[in-house]
Amino acid sequence: QDVSLSTKKNCIIYLAGQALPEKVKIVEVGPRDGLQNEKTIVPTETKIHLIDMLSASGLPVIEATSFVSPKWVPQMADQVEVMKGIGRIPGVSYPVLTPNLKGFQAAVKAGASEVAIFGAASELFSKKNINCSVDESLQRFNDVMKAAKEAGVPVRGYVSCVVGCPYEGKVAPEKVAYVAKRLYSMGCYEISLGDTIGVGTPGSMIEMLEAVSKEVPISALAVHCHDTYGQALANILVALQMGIGVVDSSVAGLGGCPYAQGASGNVATEDVVYMLHGLGIQTGVDLSKLMDAGAFICRTLNRKSNSKVAQAVCKL
Amino acid sequence: MLAKCQKTFYVGFRAGQALPEKVKIVEVGPRDGLQNEKTIVPTETKIHLIDMLSASGLPVIEATSFVSPKWVPQMADQVEVMKGIGRIPGVSYPVLTPNLKGFQAAVKAGASEVAIFGAASELFSKKNINCSVDESLQRFNDVMKAAKEAGVPVRGYVSCVVGCPYEGKVAPEKVAYVAKRLYSMGCYEISLGDTIGVGTPGSMIEMLEAVSKEVPISALAVHCHDTYGQALANILVALQMGIGVVDSSVAGLGGCPYAQGASGNVATEDVVYMLHGLGIQTGVDLSKLMDAGAFICRTLNRKSNSKVAQAVCKL
Repeated sequence: QDVSLSTKKNCIIYLAGQALPEKVKIVEVGPRDGLQNEKTIVPTETKIHLIDMLSASGLPVIEATSFVSPKWVPQMADQVEVMKGIGRIPGVSYPVLTPNLKGFQAAVKAGASEVAIFGAASELFSKKNINCSVDESLQRFNDVMKAAKEAGVPVRGYVSCVVGCPYEGKVAPEKVAYVAKRLYSMGCYEISLGDTIGVGTPGSMIEMLEAVSKEVPISALAVHCHDTYGQALANILVALQMGIGVVDSSVAGLGGCPYAQGASGNVATEDVVYMLHGLGIQTGVDLSKLMDAGAFICRTLNRKSNSKVAQAVCKL
Repeated sequence: MLAKCQKTFYVGFRAGQALPEKVKIVEVGPRDGLQNEKTIVPTETKIHLIDMLSASGLPVIEATSFVSPKWVPQMADQVEVMKGIGRIPGVSYPVLTPNLKGFQAAVKAGASEVAIFGAASELFSKKNINCSVDESLQRFNDVMKAAKEAGVPVRGYVSCVVGCPYEGKVAPEKVAYVAKRLYSMGCYEISLGDTIGVGTPGSMIEMLEAVSKEVPISALAVHCHDTYGQALANILVALQMGIGVVDSSVAGLGGCPYAQGASGNVATEDVVYMLHGLGIQTGVDLSKLMDAGAFICRTLNRKSNSKVAQAVCKL
């Protein structure tokens, strides 16, 4: 295959025979997915300050909060204040989770300009979590999609349990492809594939991504890897080798695994950025400022960072 | 197709390069791991740990180091450990031998494989053992000679293969030079160590490409540190390049001596989890391996550095 190396713009980075993207968009989920899975309730000002520090680090997408009922997720009770309190940097996106039309309307009213919906690739997981089948859960989002379309608000879709389910065990790649395709057809511009319990390894990741990319263009896919078994960076690497250019992560690795008490969950953004920059991939992120944000939230939560980069650097 | 990209990455290998079917894991917990743990571990504990590791199916277990106890108190019981462990047929129990005296003591204590080491960084060599890299390799000449005469295989370790705590970035050609020297001297295998864990898949590949020009890939191993969380990703690309030997440490024993409190060795449990998930055979029973990890962590009164262990123990 002819590779044009004449200009930096056309330079393709190969890694063991597979081309890597030149740029990767990092979707920072710490303030929502991360904090939602932390035991300590964080004051509103702290959340706002965290998001502002993350904005300052150059992250292009920062999941700010969730418009779910505070009854279910007390951590996100201050959703409106957070949306109104953060400094919105032009060009940076601040998506929020909207589990239903009511949540969507409240989100837009509070100033949200991007939202996210979710579906599981496991029937049992769907039943246990939201008490309905996967198809039913997707149907419930129809009115959100309709309202979002009318309001011109982009919608991101999340698929959980894309490799394994805490109840079902192994999840069929075809099922993941089905759910991803449904979300994409409903109008989601991007589908984030989540290894919710972190059991994936590069082999199962590739198998799943191959099935999904038959139904959804790779350019519309993202990976949301959990580091519960230490596999996240290796899984992200093979996703990059397959052409995926969007990676979800959480500053300081905020957000433990809700299915394994004390075990880790989200992969740490600092560690992802370290790897990407080491590979020569652009992210737009200033690692040093990102680590400042991580150090800030860990001090506030009075906990150690889950980021190995942070642990290494802070000890020097 | 091999071409140099402006961003200094190399267009490498055939697309879809197959991963090895089997990977040999070299378990360094009892030596490299414990050597870097603050707590001095009783001899019986070391022996029991090694026996549990043997029971898990590991093919190579670095048992101890015949270095002067003055320098490494943790390894003072080197002779008792060698004599106390149960030696499973087919399993190798290499020991570090920093000089001829150590080699002779090792063989006398029953060692049937030894290891020597060299740094890919001049400053590191100077600071650590107060001589240049070439001088350090020359000092091993008599060990190599004695080992050859005794029919004892020798493994070579290269440290700082990607980065050095004093020099910073390390030239791949220097790593290739040291690896080639060790291989020519008679080492059957060269373990390439990212001593401070700064490597990422890109720098790993760059280094491995340079080294594999001088030493056959089948004689290479990777010894990745997880200080920056990069170890499994680095090991993965090494596998993609055809490397079939991986060093790791049960429970991730052994912090980084250059970053107080930071992690060092990659955890064997996490490596095995990835390899088995990839369908690669290791011969290791993960459950028994985790038992060994749990045992040593209880004894050291510390949390395991293995994420697999943390995940499983919490369920």
